[in-house]
Amino acid sequence: MPGGPVKVIIDGINSFARRIPTWVVYSAYLIPAVWLFYQGVYGGLGPDPVKALEHELGKTALQLLIIGLCIAPLRRFTGLNLIRFRRAIGLLGFTYVVLHLLVWAFLDVQSLSRVAQDIIKRPYITIGIAAFVLLLPLAATSNNWSVRKLGPAWRKLHKLTYLAVILGGIHYIWLVKGIQIEPLIYMAVILGLLSLRLVKTPKRGPSARPNR
Amino acid sequence: MAHRWINTLKESDVTPEAAFLNRRQLMAGAVAGVGLAGISGGRVRAEGELQPNSYEDITTYNNYYEFGTGKGDPARNAGALTTKPWTVKIDGLVDKPGDYNFEDIMKAMTIEERIYRFRCVEAWSMVVPWDGFELADLLEMAGVQSAAKYVAFETVLRPDEMPGVRFPVLDWPYVEGLRLDEAMHPLTIMATGIYGKDIPNQNGAPLRLVVPWKYGFKSIKSIVRITLTDSEPPTSWNKANAREYGFYSNVNPEVSHPRWSQATERPLGGGLFAGRQDTLMFNGYGDEVASLYEGMDLAKNF
Repeated sequence: MPGGPVKVIIDGINSFARRIPTWVVYSAYLIPAVWLFYQGVYGGLGPDPVKALEHELGKTALQLLIIGLCIAPLRRFTGLNLIRFRRAIGLLGFTYVVLHLLVWAFLDVQSLSRVAQDIIKRPYITIGIAAFVLLLPLAATSNNWSVRKLGPAWRKLHKLTYLAVILGGIHYIWLVKGIQIEPLIYMAVILGLLSLRLVKTPKRGPSARPNR
Repeated sequence: MAHRWINTLKESDVTPEAAFLNRRQLMAGAVAGVGLAGISGGRVRAEGELQPNSYEDITTYNNYYEFGTGKGDPARNAGALTTKPWTVKIDGLVDKPGDYNFEDIMKAMTIEERIYRFRCVEAWSMVVPWDGFELADLLEMAGVQSAAKYVAFETVLRPDEMPGVRFPVLDWPYVEGLRLDEAMHPLTIMATGIYGKDIPNQNGAPLRLVVPWKYGFKSIKSIVRITLTDSEPPTSWNKANAREYGFYSNVNPEVSHPRWSQATERPLGGGLFAGRQDTLMFNGYGDEVASLYEGMDLAKNF
């Protein structure tokens, strides 16, 4: 972990972050979703508002899940502690996945039988749905009661995020036409963040221990 | 010989300029009024109701990957393309090969309006009032030799003016092809305008192919070379993914794209709650073109 002036800055951010209520994070993401929908209704999303809305929601969902993956390594490698926002980020990510799914099913495909056919016949959609299903138990256990009740099993269960995010990244790469750069960048970031989990924590010598 | 094909869509079907500029607002107002009723409504498809999309829709929602893969990228970036002067090289199995100046071509051709359905392989559609001339007239001008069986087309490639070609999304330059009888069909045109104005760069200025019964990507933009050949020419999307994009790429609701169904399409311009509509065989031009494919298995030759 860094020391000196960098540590002063990080401590400053940490104490500032402690004062931000989590509803600020929820609002920062839920208000844009409402605004996006409003724009879609009133013609602000271009000639194909359905696709624009669908893609924007899906991309934001993936971004939120990626932000969620950043939080643990940030604390571990820099001491920046944003752990208290992680539940909000995760639940917001799940919310965007659900909105993305609803827009796809009801505004884009518009028929439940075609939705079912797509899930079975189109692998990139099967993968997207699989990611959604993996997130269900995580969303359901994102509350203090479940954390207490499940104990150490909770941490294990929530490692499912890793698989869900990878599936989300593949879903994105697979749905575009041709070789496009943006989904590949998302995938690279996802794999980079996950590989940080494989880095072994060095044994801390006495000098690394903070003086209190 | 122009005017081989007569529009079933009439001049009066073209939205007047004042109205097409405002249509988005009108649509939005209508949607707000109807509320969610539109979700289950679905659009009734009647020939008389088919209305060209607004100029804004047609010129701001484009697939022209040389200028970026986003739908709005071409409108943002294509301004950099220099279209004057412009020459089209016509070569291969023709009597008069050479570089044809765009202005000279325009002088020799008869420009007419063609209001066509436009169906993208991505399962959205528009109706576009093109201005242009029949490709057959241009080919006749160059003199097609009897050995010619196919026509190959090539889009301009200028990395300095095309930010999208920095990425190998496709193997540039973009190339397309038609069988000679498809190319000579009176429905096949070279478009040089939209709504009576010069065609904007993002739509393929100064001249592009329009083959209304095929998926949009066959209608290659900003053409600099036309080659008459005796063998099937390579085509860009087929080279990129032969499993997904065939040489023919006729609009066919019964043959799915491997990743999505082609049975229905989303007509653009109807707003967030617009219904889907059934996709028509040959995009509704079956009476005119089905005979070109008699005896062919269209599921194999997709």
